[in-house]
Amino acid sequence: MSETAIQVIDLHKSFDALEVLKGVSLEVKTGEVVAVIGSSGSGKSTLLRCLNRLEQSTSGTILVDGTELKGSKRAISEIRREIGMVFQQFNLFPHMTVLENVMEGPIQVLGMPKKEAAALAAGLLAKVGLAEKAPVYPRKLSGGQQQRVAIARALAMNPRAMLFDEPTSALDPELRGEVLQVMKQLAAEGMTMVVVTHEMKFAREVADRVIFMHNGIIEEQGTPDQLFDSPRSERLRGFLRHVS
Amino acid sequence: MLDFNLVLPFLPFLLQGALITIEISVLATALGLVLGLIAALARMSPIKPLVWVADFYVWSIRGTPVLVQLFIVYFGLPQFGIELGAMLAAVVALGANTGAYVAEILRGGILAVPTGQVEAAESLGMSSAKVMRRIILPQAFRLSIPALGNQAVSMLKESSLASLVTVSELMMVSQRFAATNYAYMEFYIVAAVIYLVMTTGMTWGLKKIEFRMSKSER
Repeated sequence: MSETAIQVIDLHKSFDALEVLKGVSLEVKTGEVVAVIGSSGSGKSTLLRCLNRLEQSTSGTILVDGTELKGSKRAISEIRREIGMVFQQFNLFPHMTVLENVMEGPIQVLGMPKKEAAALAAGLLAKVGLAEKAPVYPRKLSGGQQQRVAIARALAMNPRAMLFDEPTSALDPELRGEVLQVMKQLAAEGMTMVVVTHEMKFAREVADRVIFMHNGIIEEQGTPDQLFDSPRSERLRGFLRHVS
Repeated sequence: MLDFNLVLPFLPFLLQGALITIEISVLATALGLVLGLIAALARMSPIKPLVWVADFYVWSIRGTPVLVQLFIVYFGLPQFGIELGAMLAAVVALGANTGAYVAEILRGGILAVPTGQVEAAESLGMSSAKVMRRIILPQAFRLSIPALGNQAVSMLKESSLASLVTVSELMMVSQRFAATNYAYMEFYIVAAVIYLVMTTGMTWGLKKIEFRMSKSER
């Protein structure tokens, strides 16, 4: 495994006339936890979605483990297997049980035998504290539980890195802790993570590096202490005043 | 006045006709589901000629009376050496007709599946075909069940048109005995009641299916 998990070089993304990303470069090292913060419209979610091609960038280069993210649909799919994604709205499959949700990727994409996939899924559900919910359909779960299942579903592909797109923004405050706890555990196990978040406490405690985005560029980045305790730019200072 | 005793001896024949009605409806609905699914997928495919063919199919069927379609299949096709027989002609014509409506229903169902579902499946690395088969279609079918059920009930009623191409279904049998017994009102009222029993039974069954699905899954 290379030292650099994800590398982004001069990424631009426009939606029609609106340029959302105006040249973003960044490098995520293997095992590193990067938190991306910024106000809405800053481009942080778009950046994350470009990393597994849910959005196609207008120009620029993305390398995942040294392989450029481009080419045929098939080539893109192969790279996507290596990157887990967790969405703000969970996006569990409503027509499958919790266990089936987690088994789906390994069976359909990796061709894993059903029995093996069931064992893997059961183990991952236990890891996120939801072993007893295996036979239940997602709609019976709280938001926090659904998001933990979504994390288990992404982990089932044994990804090299995990992307989190505001994973706690759709949750009531009292349900956020359980999701953040699972994410902390993942970080402690050495998972490479890119987390777009509004949880400043989480960013400070768990991230190795924090990136502040503003207007489609990386305005400032550094360790949590640098960014939160001695922000250099006026915009970051303004943003931090608003969120805390 | 009305004398329903006249109908009684012929009831077994009417019920036999009702059985044929059910047979036509089931077969035509099954054919319609298959054609509708194919047409819905074709209309959403990136291959232009497929889109054109499917669009033409849906447009031409929905824009013409089902009776004209039935006559084209039963009376028209033999001119090209294609003789299907009354029963098969009815199933083909009614099936092709309902298929166009099923295509519209399923397209609506497919479009109603949230994009987040597609993104979640794609982010696992699933191919487009797998995303369609494993994630979108099962949900689209569930969303479409009420409308598909209505379509199946209409089919049961429209199957009475098969009497016009000599299929001995309920309507045909009623017509024959109504005329020979000079008891039009009696026979047609009994036929109407049998249709009502069938459609009510179907509607009730569909409600059950809908309820079960909404309870366990969605």
